[in-house]
Amino acid sequence: MTTPTLELDVDGPAAPPRSNGELVFAEPWEGRAFGLTMALVHGGTISYETFRAALIERITAWEEAAQPGESFGYYRCWLQALEQVLAGAGLVSAREVGERSTAFAARPAGHDHEHDDDHDHDHGRDHVG
Amino acid sequence: MTELRHTPDPTLSPALRAEALESLLLERGLVDEKTIETFIRTYETAVGPMNGAKVVAKAWTDPEYRRWLLEDGTAAIASLGFKGPQGEHMVVLENTPGVHNVVVCTLCSCYPWPVLGLPPSWYKDPAYRSRVVKEPRAVLAEWGTELAPDVDVRVYDSSSEVRYLVLPERPPGTEAMSEEELAALVTRDAMVGVRKVALP
Repeated sequence: MTTPTLELDVDGPAAPPRSNGELVFAEPWEGRAFGLTMALVHGGTISYETFRAALIERITAWEEAAQPGESFGYYRCWLQALEQVLAGAGLVSAREVGERSTAFAARPAGHDHEHDDDHDHDHGRDHVG
Repeated sequence: MTELRHTPDPTLSPALRAEALESLLLERGLVDEKTIETFIRTYETAVGPMNGAKVVAKAWTDPEYRRWLLEDGTAAIASLGFKGPQGEHMVVLENTPGVHNVVVCTLCSCYPWPVLGLPPSWYKDPAYRSRVVKEPRAVLAEWGTELAPDVDVRVYDSSSEVRYLVLPERPPGTEAMSEEELAALVTRDAMVGVRKVALP
């Protein structure tokens, strides 16, 4: 299967962190947020240009408000931008995300890291098809 | 105008918000799990080891480069612009019809970043790290890599001093392919040695 890839910014404020040219996700949720955004763009739910503009806006806002020594979280801004675009399009409101997050936070221990485990066992996938 | 608020509640981590957002979008049928997975995979794995694939394709098409690569992996790889942390001392292992090399890091997850990107989760998994040393043939068979009994299986343990890259066998039927087309065939798994390179 060929997945269409987008022209991601290589430099400038909207460029994702890379190591030697490759994308780097520090934590699993960052990869999820990235994949989620790409899937929404791919399906035409949101436009990449709109998202990119929101991302630059969030990064600029962070830079203006950052305390000295505060570390920059590119995917925090990414997630805020995604929420902003989805709320702006009337698809998911910030309140709904907040309520769902609170509900997830209340889950018993051991059930809040499902993405760390469920999607990593990819043995054999390249043989499909 | 935006509804965003920066909540100080530490339990509402971005991981939770991302998960909440995803679950809401899935419920509303705005995305499906499979498409999300495909995109993550494409960027993490297919795009990740692109540099290594270029090295392999060049070695397949340029005998002079191949010789250099096997002799001095670090310099030959650096000549293509791939260098940096975790790639200071590269050794390239050539797979042949009689020898199959596979790489592990038994202690942690030493991995040749400049050519393969970040290690996949299975590479860091204790099960892979211990089992591939004890029973490499069984582990390889689970990956779909069945080796004849007379093939010499060699397991290499990466360390902070030496990083290994497997030079897989060029599959038959690729004689007419360009270097670029060949590079597209080379997978991360083949460069770690758990699989062979196959035609699509």
